[in-house]
Order: sequence, then C-alpha cells, then structure tokens
Amino acid sequence: MESLAPHLLATLQGHANDVRQGIIRSLLAAGSGHSAGSLDMADVFTAFYFHLLRHDPKNPDWEERDRLLLSCGHIAPVRYSAMAYAGYFPVDELLTLRKFGTRLQGHPERISLPGLETTSGPLGEGLAQGTGMALGAKMDGADWRVYVVTSDGEHQCGLHWEAMMTAAKFKLDNLTCVVDRNFIQIDGSTEDVMPLEPLADKYRAFNWEVFTCDGNDIGAFIATVERAKAVRGKPQVVIANTVPGKGVSFMEHDYLWHGKPPKADEADVALRELLAAREAIGASNRG
Amino acid sequence: MANASVADSAAAAMQLVDYRDPAAIVQIPTRNGFGAGLVEAGRRDEKVIAICADLAESTRMEPFKAAFPDRYIEIGVAEQMIVAMAAGLAAAGKVPFIASYAMFNPGRSWEQVRTTLALNQTNVKIAGAHAGVSVGPDGATHQAVEDIAIMRVIPNMIVVVPCDSVQTKKATLAVAERFGPTYLRFARAESAVITTDGTPFEIGKAQTFRDGTDVAIVACGILVYNALIAAEQLAAEGIECRVVNNHTIKPMDEPAIVAAARDCGAVVTVEEHQVHGGMGSRVAEILAAHHPVPIEFIGVQDRFGQSGTPVELVEEYGMGVTAIVAAVKRALGRKK
Repeated sequence: MESLAPHLLATLQGHANDVRQGIIRSLLAAGSGHSAGSLDMADVFTAFYFHLLRHDPKNPDWEERDRLLLSCGHIAPVRYSAMAYAGYFPVDELLTLRKFGTRLQGHPERISLPGLETTSGPLGEGLAQGTGMALGAKMDGADWRVYVVTSDGEHQCGLHWEAMMTAAKFKLDNLTCVVDRNFIQIDGSTEDVMPLEPLADKYRAFNWEVFTCDGNDIGAFIATVERAKAVRGKPQVVIANTVPGKGVSFMEHDYLWHGKPPKADEADVALRELLAAREAIGASNRG
Repeated sequence: MANASVADSAAAAMQLVDYRDPAAIVQIPTRNGFGAGLVEAGRRDEKVIAICADLAESTRMEPFKAAFPDRYIEIGVAEQMIVAMAAGLAAAGKVPFIASYAMFNPGRSWEQVRTTLALNQTNVKIAGAHAGVSVGPDGATHQAVEDIAIMRVIPNMIVVVPCDSVQTKKATLAVAERFGPTYLRFARAESAVITTDGTPFEIGKAQTFRDGTDVAIVACGILVYNALIAAEQLAAEGIECRVVNNHTIKPMDEPAIVAAARDCGAVVTVEEHQVHGGMGSRVAEILAAHHPVPIEFIGVQDRFGQSGTPVELVEEYGMGVTAIVAAVKRALGRKK
C-alpha cells in the first residue's frame, strides 16, 4: 500500500484540525456532551469523510454510497463536525448541537439529519445493524461497503458479540468495524471497569481479520483500512489506538473528559491550541 | 335488545363460519396462518425475507425457508441481534420478518425494538409466536402475557393480534404491505377458525362479529371465539351482546370502540394478556376520554402463567366462556 502524498496528508490533517475546532465550538454552545471520544476520533472521521468513503454530501441517500455507522452515538459531535466540513450542512449549524428543534440531536437520529445511517446511542447496537446492512448488500450483489465505528467500552455489551458471531458466519468481507481503543469509559479505565484484553485475540477467535494501528495517525489509519478492504471471506476489525481528548493538551488521557464539555475559558485555551497546530500544519505543508 | 336476526346479519356480513355449530368448527393454530401468509408475502414481494432465532419449526418459518432458501437467515439464539440486524437489512431495502417466541422477541429485545425499529422508523415485522398462557406445558417462562403492553407504548409501532389462523394469514400479508415497524402476535395452541377467506381484514379497522346492544364484548386473539360462544349463551337468557374483534391494538379503531360503548352502555374486554396495560387498558383509555361506561376486564389478573393444557390454563386464568358470561352480567348490572 502506497502511503499518502505529503500534501494530501497535510490537507487531511488540516481537515481534522477543523473538525476538532467544530467539536469544541459545538460542545461549548451545547453546554453538555462528550469531549474526549469526539476529539480522539477526529482523525478517523476525517479519513472517512475526506478520503475513504464513497459518498456524495449533496445526495446523502445515494444508493451506492458506502455506509458509515456510528455505534457509540455519544461521540456525535465528531460525526456532525466532519459531516459539516465535508459539505452535508452548514458549519454554523454545529452551534445548534443538543438545542431544542435541532437536527443535531444529543445522540444521532437518522430521521432527523440526512446522511446518518442509523439512530444510535444505546451502546452495542451498531455492529448488529451494520451486519444486517452488509448482508443485505451481499444478497443484492451490491458493492458498497459498511463501516461501523465503535467504542471500546461498548464491547462490554453482549449484543456486540452476537453481531461478531453473525458477521463471521456470513463471511461479510464488505464489513469493517473500527474500535476507538482509548481505554476510557465513564467510570474509569476499561480495564478496571470490565477488562477487554486481549481484544485482538477475541476478534481472531471469532473469525475476524484483525488490524491494529494508531488511530490518531491519518495516514496510518487510511493505509490500514485499505488493507482491511482487501480481505476476502471475513469481516475485518481495525483496532485504532487513540489518545482520549487528542489535540487538546489538558483533556488528553483524562477520563474525566469522557462525558463533559469545555467551559468558555477551557474552550478558549483549546481553540488557541488547535489554531496553533493548524498553523504548524500549514507551515510544514508549505515547507 | 337486538334480536337474533340482527346478530346473524353481522356474522353474515363478515362471512363467518357458523360458529354456533360445533361441527362447523375446525381447530388450527394461528401460527399456521402466519406460516402460510409469510410464504404468500414472499411470493408477492421478493424484498420479503425471514430471519429466525432457532425456532423455525415452532414459529412456522419452515415453509418460507423451503420456498425461499436464499431469503431465509438463521442467526441462532440471539433475540437482540435478530432485531438490530433486521433494522440493518431493512435499511438495505429488505422487508424482514423476524420470528421467535413473544417472550424473547419483543420480551428480551425491547430496547432494540424501541431504538432500531421504532425511533429509527424501519420496516421490520416482529412475529411473536407462543403468546399467552395457551402455550401450555412449557410454563410461565415461555408464556408472554405482557407483550402487548410493552409494544403498544412505543410510538410508531403497529400492533396486530388476529383472531384465528385464517385472519393471521391475512394479517401477515397486510403487515408485509404496510410500511412501518409492526408487532404481529399469535399463539401456539389449536384454536377455532371462525373467519373465512371472504371475511374482510384491514389493519386498524375493528370488526363487529355479532351485533347487540346490551353489552359490548371487545376481544382480540384466539379468545374472540370464547366471546362469541359466551354471547350465544347470554342470548339464550335474553342478553344480546355485540362482539367486536378488536384485532388492531395500535392504531386502535377509536370510532368503533366509542360506538360500541355508546350503543351498548357497558363493555367487557377479553384478551389473553395481563389486564394491566393490554388491549383492554387501551379501550379504557379511549372510553375514559370520550365516552365513559362501566368496563369489565377479562385477562390475566397480575399473575404469571404455569404448566397445563391450554384449556386448563385459559379456565384457571379466568378467560373461559363462563368467566366472560359472568363479566357481562356484572357489566350489565353496573349500567345506569
């Protein structure tokens, strides 16, 4: 797999930086919501919306589109922000997050916003729905793919493992699961709350093809998904190791940021850090 | 008080079997109607698929499996999965029917039903088999008597409880053609066939199977037959009951319920379900708001089921003909 050209990588990094700024602004406006997981998946969602997906923001119901499901609906801000910057709706609409009458519901509702594939939030349900979609595509001989973004914490739900068994039974090689492996959940470390390791071995035992990568390295993530897509006869999982709160220094690695938004002064600091990082990307690209 | 010819004319309009003649009654489980209806639905629409959770024979999905093996999906004992996966298949353009025992789907899978089917507005049809205490010897763990309650409170859900195997086939075809998440409830035991191919069926439209103006018996499912037999026994005592087959719990036919209350002045509801939260509760909600009259509730009285024969259990839980007759007399006595 060829690596991305440097200018393309820098462009994607710029988009990811925009997406992070959108997350901070929307969470500040909302006054509630989940910061850490949203920030740590900015690179993954940027990779999908700006590079990996077959999609058309102006035609969200296009039948041949790839389906991107967000199972852990609580990190909706990252999806909304990526969708806005990708052209699904105006970036200003991000400031309506979680407000009365908004299309950007606190947890994503498919019927509310075109471009969402499912209604999600109750954990452990995304892979099951993605399995149904992938099987439906196979039954019709369609060539669109299904990607399901999951949190590590939701791997504690039994339904997710029912879906893992089912996807392997039907050899759904058009299905790729992405795990946001940030090791945090509301009550603390995943390994303290309910240990998931050895997670990769568990997927292998369920007859999945397993890939691991740095989920905050856009180039590495894209290359890994491209390898996953080449697998035949098996569903694939990409365990994306991420830093919770990635991109905002005081949020990184702190599980207390799982379920709260920044206050105004915190958002100021966060946005200043992100703008400085944006400058650095631009400088390196120009250099 | 209606006379016998009025009662007869309602049955004639509905093209019913002569249910008063025991020799005319054939006993067929409602689930057989589902099995036949599903195959026919599959013939009419290639988007119809079937997903089963390890109960193909007893839910009567086997004929569909034989007719359309490429459209039959077996996922094992996974009732949360069957719902969420079906939501995904519906999103991919299919019309999935999903079958298990009502106790497990929607019993075990309620949150998946609410989120991935109802809130998400997906076109999935839940077939709840083995509903009611008439499941028989399997006992309480397998006798769903709360399923109507937990389904009817969910926005967007359609809830249908047909009265016999012939109507269950029609209901299966009707729900296949109508977009929306749907719960179709049927039973295991053999039960009287009272409708014919000519009997109309429309989701949301209650049916007057017998006319009368003393008391209205509003029933659903396999107990509609008991309601009709009770009405005949009461007619011999000079009490003429209207019998309404209230097969659609949601959206319920409010005008028909209000008309029954207005014309008769008292109502008895009959269902093989807890009296708390089921079809009768919905009738009471409608009448409390629009036309309050005395109501008596026939159903399971806040108990769990147990092992026994279907007939023993229907009697034990107060849903037999004698209990319905007594309830009608109580209702009549409460009329102003």
